[in-house]
Amino acid sequence: MRMSLENRWRIAIGIFGVLFMFAGPQVLELFTIINLTTGIALAVLALSLGLVWGYGGILCFGQVGFFGLGAYAYTIAAINFGDTTGAVFVAILVGGAAAAVLGYFMIYGRVSDVYLAVITLTFTLILYSLLRRTSGPEYKIGNALLGGFNGINSPLLNVPGSPSSVLFPEDVFYVAMFVLIVSYFGCLWLIRSHFGRVVVAIRENELRAELLGYDIRLYKLLVFTIGGGLAGLAGVLFANGIGRVTPDMFNLYNAALTIIWVIVGGRGTLIGPIIGAFGMFYLTFFLGTQTVINNNLVLGVILIVFVLAVPNGLVPELAKLWRSVLGRRALSRRERNMRRRSSRRASKDDATSSEAPHET
Amino acid sequence: MDLFIALILQIVYGVANLVLISIGLAIIFGMMRVINLAHGEFIMLGGYTVVIATNNGVNLWFAMLILAPLVVGIIGVVVERLLIRFLYGRMVDTLLATWGLSLLLIGLVTTIFGAQTKTTISAPIGAIQIGDYTTSGYELFLIFVTALLSFAIYLLLRFTKLGLVARGTMQAPDMAAALGVSTSRVYAITFGLGAAVSGLVGGLLAPITGVLPTIGAVYIAKAFITVVSGGTAILAGTISASALLGVINGVVSYVTGPTMGEVALLVAAIILLRLLPQGITGRFFRKSL
Repeated sequence: MRMSLENRWRIAIGIFGVLFMFAGPQVLELFTIINLTTGIALAVLALSLGLVWGYGGILCFGQVGFFGLGAYAYTIAAINFGDTTGAVFVAILVGGAAAAVLGYFMIYGRVSDVYLAVITLTFTLILYSLLRRTSGPEYKIGNALLGGFNGINSPLLNVPGSPSSVLFPEDVFYVAMFVLIVSYFGCLWLIRSHFGRVVVAIRENELRAELLGYDIRLYKLLVFTIGGGLAGLAGVLFANGIGRVTPDMFNLYNAALTIIWVIVGGRGTLIGPIIGAFGMFYLTFFLGTQTVINNNLVLGVILIVFVLAVPNGLVPELAKLWRSVLGRRALSRRERNMRRRSSRRASKDDATSSEAPHET
Repeated sequence: MDLFIALILQIVYGVANLVLISIGLAIIFGMMRVINLAHGEFIMLGGYTVVIATNNGVNLWFAMLILAPLVVGIIGVVVERLLIRFLYGRMVDTLLATWGLSLLLIGLVTTIFGAQTKTTISAPIGAIQIGDYTTSGYELFLIFVTALLSFAIYLLLRFTKLGLVARGTMQAPDMAAALGVSTSRVYAITFGLGAAVSGLVGGLLAPITGVLPTIGAVYIAKAFITVVSGGTAILAGTISASALLGVINGVVSYVTGPTMGEVALLVAAIILLRLLPQGITGRFFRKSL
């Protein structure tokens, strides 16, 4: 039996990811590796929004809120515990719990689309203005000074169980890449499970899903919570990549950026947001090295062009293109077959072996 | 007693300030169901217009009251023709496109004028004494302007041909078009009007806040929250939401300081939207403008 096109793509992505993970530190310079770790953290953040928005249909402007909370939780917990292993779990829990509480408020209140976007944005801005004002010595959690505008230095990950053996940047890169690959396939598994199919059904038509007997609020809340936890995990990687957490993680610019990654990469795909995040990360990194063109200018143009011209994002458009090429090839093959044996049975066989619907 | 008056004035000014920064957004959202995230940048452009004009010797009042709304209004019409008109009915897409526009405008202004402004303008009205307390005369003037502006918008929407045609177009575009109204022109004018009001506000606030390319971000979140909390009725929604949020902000700020005041405002907005998902005017004053 032939494997479907999309599964072949998935395996290719997985192999590429693993190769990149092991080959990266061998060939690249240390600076690039550290930088890439930050990029990977942002890719995980983009993936979490891709899941919540692209599949759950919940337009969350505040994904950076859970991301930043995760990073802060990791840093504060790591400073207090002395060991980072537990801190990682604390970060995921905090991200997920924040999403669960906020999500309960919104989703069970039947707040939807634009209004939900406003609330999530508000939530993020609350955190931003709160954390900015925590510069005094009285603002401390355990041993961790919150540090206001300057933020806190984050401890690097250590080998589980031995706080003294701190990981090298290359090792952090391995961890980050591993997390990215596992999260990607985890999300894939999730959206292909029964749960994921119901979530997509709710995105397509809430009323119909509800009339079929699904508790749509519960499903939406669950996918929102999972997204929050994943964003918290991304925060851990980010804290390790940058080495510091600051209130700026919560600002409007970063909130905008997260949305842009998903738009550019493609809503309703999982690899799209990852590609979008990496692409935009390197674009902004490149833009940061020059002073001729203003960053905001370029980002603004990209966002406008994508909304107007490529509203589905890069990956779905490329997939469509790819399929139309493949489709044409399959068509010409079919025509040849038809000519060769003009029996009716042959054409029926070919018709049944056409490609399965594609959804990278 | 003097303290009480000063405090009340401060709170009324807070409310007026919220109305001012939200009203342009409310016109565009209430009439056209378009969420304009470049709203803050329209305010910023109004401020820049005033600073540049006064630097070139133009009278401050003329620059604030005439030039700023005119320039930003024209920019608004251009933006509507080039960008917004392709996106009617796609609320999330307009949100994203105008966010792009906002970043674009910040980038443009930064590129042209630099990240800082060279001169600031001082408020043209001095302080006023209330017993032992002084209060800013310019803030009193802004409260007055807010009332005047709200009243003018009410008159425009309620009693003029333009207001009637615009309201008709927003309610039933097909019917308006069948009756011979050029709906696309009405959309352009409405968007331009909203932009012009934002420009006016930007000009008026410039002496207090100064102008920076990124100053729009200060306004947009608050304006967005106020408008969405208010619901679809332009004036009633904006004023009621501003009153509620402004008073909460003012009282909490007075008791615990400005940070907590801001946080209280945002928390109040979240709770309000949880209780009234369609905003205040989705439940109360439904027939109002």
